Formats: sequence, structure tokens, C-alpha cells
Amino acid sequence: MKPDAEPGPRLETGSHGEGPSALPAPVIRARGLTYRYPTGERDVLQGIDLDVAPGEFLGVTGPSGAGKSTLCLCLKGLIPHSFAGTLGGSVIVNGLDTSATGPAQLAENVAMVFQDPESQIIGLTVAEDLAFGPENLTQPPDEIRARIPKLLETVGLAGFEARETYSLSGGQKQRVAIAAALMLEPSILILDEPTSELDPVGKGEVFRTVRRLREEAKVTVVMVEHEIEQLAEVADRIIVVDGGRIVADAPPRELFRDADLFHRTQGERLPQVAELLLALEREGLVTPADFTPREDEAVAVLSRLLERRPR
Amino acid sequence: MSAGDPLIEVEAVSYAYPEAAEPALRDVSLRVMPGEFLALVGQNGAGKTTLAKHFNGLILPARGSVRVAGQDTRAVATRRLAGIVGYCYQNPDHQIFSRTLRREVAFGPTNLGLPADQVARNVEEALRLVGLLEKADDYPFLLGRGERQRLAVASILAMGSRILVVDEPTTGLDLQGVRGIMTLLERWNRELGRTIVVITHDINVVAQYVPRTVVMAEGRVVADGPTRQALTDWAALEMADVKPPQVTRVARRLARYGIPPDVMTVDELAAAIRARLQSVSVSARREEA
Repeated sequence: MKPDAEPGPRLETGSHGEGPSALPAPVIRARGLTYRYPTGERDVLQGIDLDVAPGEFLGVTGPSGAGKSTLCLCLKGLIPHSFAGTLGGSVIVNGLDTSATGPAQLAENVAMVFQDPESQIIGLTVAEDLAFGPENLTQPPDEIRARIPKLLETVGLAGFEARETYSLSGGQKQRVAIAAALMLEPSILILDEPTSELDPVGKGEVFRTVRRLREEAKVTVVMVEHEIEQLAEVADRIIVVDGGRIVADAPPRELFRDADLFHRTQGERLPQVAELLLALEREGLVTPADFTPREDEAVAVLSRLLERRPR
Repeated sequence: MSAGDPLIEVEAVSYAYPEAAEPALRDVSLRVMPGEFLALVGQNGAGKTTLAKHFNGLILPARGSVRVAGQDTRAVATRRLAGIVGYCYQNPDHQIFSRTLRREVAFGPTNLGLPADQVARNVEEALRLVGLLEKADDYPFLLGRGERQRLAVASILAMGSRILVVDEPTTGLDLQGVRGIMTLLERWNRELGRTIVVITHDINVVAQYVPRTVVMAEGRVVADGPTRQALTDWAALEMADVKPPQVTRVARRLARYGIPPDVMTVDELAAAIRARLQSVSVSARREEA
């Protein structure tokens, strides 16, 4: 990786700040990112370019084996710090080059929640689990304790401090994992299929939590997810990863118009309301401007259509 | 037993796990006919897996009775039931342990005491059915998740069981993986006439592939019937905390415009909207005339 390849976003903040239309500097910037696992025969990532704006909610979807989890590991800096293999290109998070920044400093910037709720809970009680990360960074106990109640409230588990983690449901465990990830007050939270091991109630709980994070907008969220209908409701923007490349990158309202793309990649179907509106559009019953992949908006469009009285 | 008899007959079964505060099953009755394909849906803790484990005698009823192929599960050895009911666990890695796919799949039928040539034939056939025959001598853990799921199914198929219980076959799979496993189950049911019970949270899969649905909540069966009927039984779904497919939810919200509430697919909802718009314009034209 060339250290002089790209100036970090911190350097750019000033130059972009002059006009009201200027975009905020990205908190994540990947350029020409390639990666091959030590025993791999081909690059799992084949040249990823990605910018994520502060406070943005980025959804990531695509078929199994597309490179979604590998991308997450790169954004978090676990690649290259915990994995061998061959990394090319660059990832800059909050102005820090992940290749040149140590895990502790990265941990304060980027937090990650994994698929399996069992594998990431360490503490016997919820409070112990939340304290584990900051204790390891030798933060003062008072400060650590003070942050716990607010974060438990954010994830809908207010008052759970003394609960034993093994007694929690999958959805509760996953929300403890999210709260624990937020304990270091990272500016970026990466969620790698956080609902895939959960039942529908648990999935709903996690989605309510991420929706709340989006509303608070203090943290930039990158969420890999197969629950496409729920992802369409929360994401500001979605990328589709296939064969190690980003094959689509758009807000949900644009992205899900491309039905062919979803048929091609086979990783995911369209939200049903998107498929429905596209079918009605082909018959001239609704217009492209009516299109939405979100349920409430679709019900509003369809209600208008059905209310319409012929002249 | 004759052809018209149920293959699985659960009569007023109640069961509580040792030291559990609440019973896991409360007065459950269910009949499954030979060749049926049904889904058990409901939240974690609703009793789906507990009920399914009654089918192969892993759990014996505390009250009531379970008969499988005419035999009371309390009166017959679990080993014998294993030849009738194959149980495929949720996580394929919990059951895969062999060095090659072929050995993995041979384990079940060998332990049932089938002769070696029969085992070899069953193994070939099962691997062919799940599309893994060309990888028969590979190492199972080098397979992708979807392939490992199909391998787990193959190792149950090779036992020649008349009934296959599959616990969460689609968890963690992408669309292609889901299609692969569900098409396989569908074919197995239609072409070989095997009886299939899937335990699942994936309501879209149920709507698309499974003809009969049993909805469970708090240890009880709260709805049981053709999938269309079960997945539009709103009182039962609310009790079970189960959401039907998105188009079904949308159709319900459009009921005041005359959209039927038992829509299950995108095509059906599109057709219902089209029909409604046509009838409105026809009646408007009549008024003009």
C-alpha cells in the first residue's frame, strides 16, 4: 500500500468546506481495495472503491461468498492486523490508514458486531460485558460505569446491567453486543449480518435498535444484511457486492428499480412492494415517480391508485 | 396400517422439560398424512422443535400419545423410528463429522444395519439428488454453507426415511442457497412421495413452497391448514408473533378498496389491484351510459 496514494479525509475537510453544497468528507474511504486470503486462489475483493459520509446508514447486500464479510474486516482493520494474506489499495477511516494504525486506536474509531450472538459476549453480566472493551483500553472505571445506562437504553435494554448474559435471548444478546460495540464511542459501527441467527422477534428488536441509531445519527452504520425488506426501510444507501466488486451503489429508491441486477446476482430478491410497483409500472398504472421499496410509502401510492375515480 | 391412515398422529400431547417452569407443549394434536409437506412456524420457544422431536421418539410424551407409521413411540425403540423419521438439524456443522462426503452420508444407513451394497446405492442416489455426487470424495468442511446444508439433507435421505424433518433449512443462506434446498425438498416430496416437515422462521419460503402450515404459540397449535388460510389467520398470527409476507400485509391494509385479504404473492396482489381498477372503470362507464 502506498502511503502517499490518497490524502486522508482530515486533510480535505478545509478544502471542501467553502460552499453550502459541499459534501462532508467521508468517514470511510476505500480505494482500489483488493484482498486475497493466505490459502486463496483468487482475490476475494477485486478493487473496491467506497466512500461513506458521516452519519450515513449504508446497507450491504449480495450473494454468499461475494466478499461482504471480508470488506467488513478490512473496514475494521482486522485485515491486515489479524489476518495474513495479500492486501492492496487503501482504507482510510476517520483519516487513519488502517494498515498503519494499531488495533487499539482503530477500536476507538470503528466497532464491529458479528453474526453469531454467542461468540462475542464475554462478560458474565451485561454490565461486565459492556465494560470489557474500555477496561482493556484502561479507561477510568467511573467513566465506564457512567456510559452503561444510556447505551442500554439506546438498545432497548434499560435496567439490564446485572442480568446474566447466558440467560438472554438471541435478540437481547445481539443488542448487548451492539451496546458493547458502542462503549468506546466509535464514529463507525459495522454490523455483519447481525440478524441472520435470530428469530423474527429478535430480528425486529435489532432493526428497531439500528433504526434508533440512525435517528440519533451520531454514528455511521455499515450493515450487511439479507433481510432486504427491512434493510430497504432503514438504509440511506445500499451497495450490492458480487464477485468481490461493488456492482451497484444507490439509495434504495433507485437501487431496487434494477430488478435485472437482483436476478443476475441471485443473492437477494427485491422487496415485494418494489416488485409489485415495477409490475404495475410496466402496465402504466403507476409512474416511475411513484416507485418506492418501503412498505408505508407503497401503501400510500397504492391507496391513491385505488382511490382514483375515472372522469 | 392402511393407506388412508395418518403417518404421524399426535393426540393431546403435553410435555414439560425437566425443571422448566412452563410446559413446552400443551395439549397438542396433529395428523400428518403420507406424502404431505408441512411447515411448523412460530417464535423460538413456541414448541416447534419439541413437537418435532416427538416424531422420532427423541422425546416421549408426558401426556397423550404419538403414533408414527401406526406405532406408539413409547412402545418402539428410538433406533427403529430412526429408519422411519430422519431429522436434519438446523446447523449442518452440528452433524457433519466425516472425512469425505461419501463416508458422511454412509454413516446413517450403515448404523441402521442396511447391507453394504444397499448403503452404497443409497449414498450414490442421495448425493446425486442433492447435486453433490461429483464431490463425493471431497472433505465436507471445504464445502460452502449451502452445500453443507444439502450434504446434511443427503445423509438423512440415504437412510431411506419416509418422513424427513428439517429444522431451519434456510438460515444463513442467500437466495440461491434457499432455492437450492427448497427445490430439493419440493422434488423429494412430489417425485418420491416422501413426507416432509420443515421448521422455519422464513415465512416467504413457507408462502412459496409449503402447502400446509401449522402455526404454534406458547406450546399450542393456534392455526393449522392450507398455507394461504394459516398465513392470513390474523388472530393466530398475532398470538404467535408471526408476520405474513409483505404483500399479504399490504393487501390487508388495502382491504377498504376491495382487495382480498388472502393474497400470498406479488402476482396475486398485482392481479387483485388490476381487477379492482377494471371493475371501477366499468361501473363508471355504466354510470356515464
